Amino acid sequence: MLTLNNIEVIYNDVILVLKGMSMQVPEGKIVGLLGSNGAGKSTTLKAISGLLKPEDGEVTDGSIEFIGQNIHNSDADDIVRKGIFQVMEGRRVFEHLTVEENLIAGGYTRREMSLSHDVDMVYGYFPRLKERRNQTAGYLSGGEQQMLAIGRALMAKPRLMMLDEPSLGLAPLLVREIFEIIKRINQEQKTTILLVEQNANLALSVADYAYIMESGRIVLEGHPADLRENADVREFYLGLTEVGSRKSYREVKHYKRRKRWLS
Amino acid sequence: MELFIQLTLTGLTSGAILALAALGFVLIYKSSDVINFAQGEFLLIGAYVIFAMLTQAGLHWTFGLVLTIAVAVGLGVMVERLVLRPMIGEPIISVIMVTIGLSSLLKAIVSTIWGNTPQAFPPFIPSEPVNILGATVGQDRLWALVIAAVLLGGFNLFFRRSREGIAMRAVADDQQAALSMGISVKRIFAWAWSIAAATAAIGGALVANIVGVGPELSHFGLRVFPVVILGGLDSIPGAIVGGLIIGLLEQYTGGYLGQGLNQVLPFVVLIVILMFRPYGLFGQEIIERV
Ligand SMILES: Nc1ncnc2c1ncn2[C@@H]1O[C@H](COP(=O)(O)OP(=O)(O)OP(=O)(O)O)[C@@H](O)[C@H]1O
Ligand SMILES: [Mg+2]
Repeated sequence: MLTLNNIEVIYNDVILVLKGMSMQVPEGKIVGLLGSNGAGKSTTLKAISGLLKPEDGEVTDGSIEFIGQNIHNSDADDIVRKGIFQVMEGRRVFEHLTVEENLIAGGYTRREMSLSHDVDMVYGYFPRLKERRNQTAGYLSGGEQQMLAIGRALMAKPRLMMLDEPSLGLAPLLVREIFEIIKRINQEQKTTILLVEQNANLALSVADYAYIMESGRIVLEGHPADLRENADVREFYLGLTEVGSRKSYREVKHYKRRKRWLS
Repeated sequence: MELFIQLTLTGLTSGAILALAALGFVLIYKSSDVINFAQGEFLLIGAYVIFAMLTQAGLHWTFGLVLTIAVAVGLGVMVERLVLRPMIGEPIISVIMVTIGLSSLLKAIVSTIWGNTPQAFPPFIPSEPVNILGATVGQDRLWALVIAAVLLGGFNLFFRRSREGIAMRAVADDQQAALSMGISVKRIFAWAWSIAAATAAIGGALVANIVGVGPELSHFGLRVFPVVILGGLDSIPGAIVGGLIIGLLEQYTGGYLGQGLNQVLPFVVLIVILMFRPYGLFGQEIIERV
């Protein structure tokens, strides 16, 4: 459905952040994109959704194809109309708008006159939002804001939903709840999902396939079950030693030099 | 009592017209952070364009008004495209200087085309005085009040209910997030500038109908500044309430305390209110969750 072929992204004309990034997202699946801070995960999503321009970033090489069409260099609003919706890192709800107004804004590109049906569908997934429908979004809790951010995406009825670290700053119980819902959205709405996460364990638990990126390119990919078995993934992303106990930070650092895919 | 009613109605009228002009100012500030010092000139242009349509082209006032609005929208879009868009990302002070320059330019254009002498305006709204609760008030003022009130109410609904109106407020909150849901920020800016120019132009037409046209009309426009500061720079209801308060204050001080003072007192009240509410009456505070 979505194919990135060797893309290169440069910020401010000088900072090369993506260096030949390639990946594929098949229709109907949940694909995980993992990597540590600064690996270029958010940059990858912005390159796909056309949101690099306001940050003075540019795709300088490679191609981005969505359902057979080249979308590289399209404007962000065109890309949303083609069916790709990015839920940005840090939730980014419209703070001074109410919950319901946020949802309407999410459905901005829809052709239908009335969106009430879709608003109800979102409330079906997130009953808590319904209770707070007329509340100012800026005063919602972090978890509720994340639900609103996903709800806004649902309003656009995208074919591909890209989620940038939905677990960021949320309590484990809430994260579980949100990931359950992401899974349901994937199954019930037939929405393909590209999930960016630092929490590898979590992402591997819902993804059908996963990529691991570092310093602007993919270094490893595979099915979650296989990745879990990979010694490096266990070391550096799941934080497990061979016996399964948590490693201290010093040890992780020590092992860092031996990452196989970097040599 | 009669004096009170008369002052109240006159105050509400000029307040509602001020609110129309202020609404556009707030829209532009809200959506694009630009302080538009040319807002008063939009009002001036509106007054002169409809003047030209009615006296020089001899059109019926309905056509004249529609054409005036069309000209204003065109002007708004043009200013956004040619003047403001190239300034995106420039320091705020440069953008302010540009709008100040724009205001001089528009004033110069008006005086080149129509000269500097005030002229009577062919009233398109009947102006025979009517009697309300014992007070005598020009009908034109009442009509202006009604028209302004309907427009303000309409816009308020537009911003709260319509998808486009909500999108405008969304852009004001977080441009990149708005972009991520397919809202074209360029288009929203064009909307903001055209609505700003159109509402100011209608305000200008209403004022001109009452007092005639002349270059001093842009002074009327200058009064949007106390209005928006009072109401809160980024609040649409604030522009409306601020406009009405300033309009009423001016009339009451003028009527009860004497002319001259009415130019000063609104500013005194403004300063007092700002001491208690630094963001203005309805200004948005920065939301900080704990
Ligand atoms: N607007 C920008 N201008 C310049 N450099 C940028 C910009 N945005 C990101 N970068 C740089 O690009 C690199 C990748 O950033 P990106 O945000 O894509 O990482 P990430 O994988 O999403 O990290 P995180 O997990 O912390 O969100 C970083 O080194 C960052 O400093
Ligand atoms: Mg990121």
